[in-house]
Amino acid sequence: MLTNPTMEPVPARTKDQLRFITCGSVDDGKSTLIGRLLHDSKMIYHDQITALERDSIKYGSTGNNIDFALLVDGLEAEREQGITIDVAYRFFSTPRRSFMVADTPGHEQYTRNMATGASQAQLAIILIDARKGVMVQTRRHSFICALLGIRHIVLAVNKIDLVAYDKECFDRIARDYLAFAAGLGFTSIVPIPISARDGDNVVDRSARANWYHGPCLLEYLESIDIQSGTASQAFRFPVQWVNRPNPEFRGYAGTVASGEISAGDEIIVAASGRTTRVKRIVTHGGNLVGAEAGDAVTITLEDEIDIGRGDVLSRPDNQPEVADQFAAYVIWMDEEPLAPGRNYVLRIGSQTIAGSITEIRHRIDVNTCEHLAAGMVSLNEIAFCNVATTMPAVFDPYDVNRKTGSFIFIDRYTNRTAGAGMIAFPLRRAANIARQGLSVDRRERAALKNQKPCVIWFTGLSGAGKSAIANLVDQKLFAMSRHTMLLDGDNLRHGLSVDLGFSEADRVENIRRVGEVAKLMADSGLIVICSLISPTRAERDRVRTLVGKEEFIEVFVDTPIEECARRDPKGLYSKVKSGKIKNFTGIDACYEAPATPDIHVRTMEQTLEHSAKAVVDFLMARSILDG
Amino acid sequence: MLPKHLRRLEAESIEIMRDVVAEFERPVMLYSIGKDSSVMLHIAIKAFYPAKIPFPLLHVDTTWKFREMISFRDATARRLGLDLIVHVNKDGIARGINPIDSGSALHTQVMKTDALKQALDFHGFDAAFGGARRDEERSRAKERILSFRSAGHVWDPRNQRPELWSLFNTRIRQGETMRVFAMSNWTELEVWEYIMIEKIPVVPLYFAKQRPIVHRNGAMIMVDDERLPLNCDETPEMRMIRFRTLGCYPLSGAIESDATTIEGIVAEMQTATVSERQGRLIDTDEAASMEKKKREGYF
Repeated sequence: MLTNPTMEPVPARTKDQLRFITCGSVDDGKSTLIGRLLHDSKMIYHDQITALERDSIKYGSTGNNIDFALLVDGLEAEREQGITIDVAYRFFSTPRRSFMVADTPGHEQYTRNMATGASQAQLAIILIDARKGVMVQTRRHSFICALLGIRHIVLAVNKIDLVAYDKECFDRIARDYLAFAAGLGFTSIVPIPISARDGDNVVDRSARANWYHGPCLLEYLESIDIQSGTASQAFRFPVQWVNRPNPEFRGYAGTVASGEISAGDEIIVAASGRTTRVKRIVTHGGNLVGAEAGDAVTITLEDEIDIGRGDVLSRPDNQPEVADQFAAYVIWMDEEPLAPGRNYVLRIGSQTIAGSITEIRHRIDVNTCEHLAAGMVSLNEIAFCNVATTMPAVFDPYDVNRKTGSFIFIDRYTNRTAGAGMIAFPLRRAANIARQGLSVDRRERAALKNQKPCVIWFTGLSGAGKSAIANLVDQKLFAMSRHTMLLDGDNLRHGLSVDLGFSEADRVENIRRVGEVAKLMADSGLIVICSLISPTRAERDRVRTLVGKEEFIEVFVDTPIEECARRDPKGLYSKVKSGKIKNFTGIDACYEAPATPDIHVRTMEQTLEHSAKAVVDFLMARSILDG
Repeated sequence: MLPKHLRRLEAESIEIMRDVVAEFERPVMLYSIGKDSSVMLHIAIKAFYPAKIPFPLLHVDTTWKFREMISFRDATARRLGLDLIVHVNKDGIARGINPIDSGSALHTQVMKTDALKQALDFHGFDAAFGGARRDEERSRAKERILSFRSAGHVWDPRNQRPELWSLFNTRIRQGETMRVFAMSNWTELEVWEYIMIEKIPVVPLYFAKQRPIVHRNGAMIMVDDERLPLNCDETPEMRMIRFRTLGCYPLSGAIESDATTIEGIVAEMQTATVSERQGRLIDTDEAASMEKKKREGYF
């Protein structure tokens, strides 16, 4: 139903696409505005209008008039509740541009959805109810847009009809907003007075707000120059897939994230530092002389060097960061809060790397932009964190490059997308914070005790027999004149971890503390025996990394849960049964058995004495007890 | 050379396809023979060139497709040397399910939805590309590009994974699958513009021609073969018609048209007054019916 007579069947070569997001509070009229844009740009078909008229009577909130919001509110539940609960994408086009609109909810609990929509957008329309002016939500939406790297803002002062097209009112709101947004780093902010319900200044100029001489909304969206500037940036090419159809061809498929490259140019593989030249830029339509940001191509190289998915190609004189620690803004999206120390799968461009938050520097109140101290980050919260990865990651700061500076957190157990991150800068902690050099080193301390230090880590279900075996091992070593220390999980909770409970975050922290203490003790030359349920592999792996693989001995005390419940030495299982304890490992919290423990003790098949002896034998075999 | 907006859409689809091929064990492309499938297939060829498409195509055949669709499918598979799997729900055939006696709802459930699940399970596909677009229908507008299905192919619209930037979460467990809508952000008009500029072959039924039709429930149904029962007072009449969407012929409404070329279709699209889904008889029960079908595993 586009009836523009100038429209040719073949779209103009210059026709491009603009992706934008609409933000506003519940009643600011976002969905109505989008419905209005679709309707007035003639993107709504007759059968859809018929359905709309039918739905407007059934669900609508505008009496007998068409409720444009119903065009956009897709899912049944939302239509019944009269709210939008997720991100919806809408499309319309004019001869000059095609548009993709992300409609996202304004409710407080849905920061997640707004961030999702904003991550794709080049521009944001921030709606303000002319009667209410700049609200807390306006600040929140603007902050999130700025954080997600949106640089162009349209301030749509809606419901201008309800303030009698008052110029003073519009000017005051525009002034207030400009004052507030000054520090957010937007490149352009254009205020437009509109009435989404009546259509004033949306597609057609308003006769009633005749004091406004700027562009109407659609006209502005069509003409704004969104030079994302990605073509003029440094060249980045994340390799997605290695194309190897036959022994003669080896190409690297991917999309140019930024910058441009030509055949013959020198490139470097960021992680390995290997250099070579681009041989050909291959596409189905023929080889290209050059490729630029946004082009999906396959690159072949002069030399055969080892490159795989996750590698990033750049120019040698302008390389991305390569680091295993960086600072990043994190938006949390999962019911399960982000806990420092917990392991996640990170997806950074085409790289998939395990990583964790080592420190929450501060949480940010999205309404006031205030910095707050935080021990964890909950759903819809935003924090500035230090992130550590298990191998070096290749990236750029997000404000330099949205493609190579963004990442997501994936929960290793539920596989949910748990959070989103925007990298601020690399951390070279080792380089910047010199450790205090110690004159007596750990080897000397151990030598004095005539032993090799290590951490013997007993893991298993509650009641499996960890403490009993650990205690026996301790006795045996003591009898052999070895210097030992026994750290028992239950005992430590009366002191070191007395402030911690049994939530996921607290368990992670508990294990982190015990791990650090065990390491200090091992550094002092002791054989440290630890007995903790430590249910997740990730946490045990973390301690292993901390202590060092060679000095960490994992002992899996393997007792079936039925047997543990039968023994029930501390009466805990009966408390769980009667509902007095929640989050109990093996019952309503999961236990991940070690896949390859150093020592696997099966208490159903061997006595405590045998089990303890097996551990001591292992230490002997590893020459740990040698002087 | 493609206009910028189409280049961007094409590159986005290619990026999605490459990511899925790199991350999944056993992807498949659901090939429905329609215009969207034709474009999706064309983009796949571009994405993996010079390698051949590194996954098979799957057509779920209800046995009630237009005859021209089937001949186009087979000719396309031959021309491009495709690895094409055709799956029919034999159980449904044995039970005599058909769109005329069983009704469109049951026929679609058994011969399309159930059949698709059968085929995905049988071959152990863990990711299935589909040509659905967000502009098609309201519940599609909120679907992810990588749309997670729990074991049993169930879609839970309230529990979708957030999808930011172009960073896709490809992780699934045994038995879970992903539907991949690589053309989510295309519109119907852009599909036709792309077909025109890239000269992509499509089923001739999209072009207007004199064809025999009867009127059913306010729609023009083409008499494609002798299986369509005619009332005694009913004689098929020849009309200049074409189809905007293709499916089972007794369930596909034609439109009157003079568009015999792609240019004609694009021009007609720009003045169209009804949506493409209007011709689909399976959607019309109630506006939210597609969401219901999708939750049950319909593509």
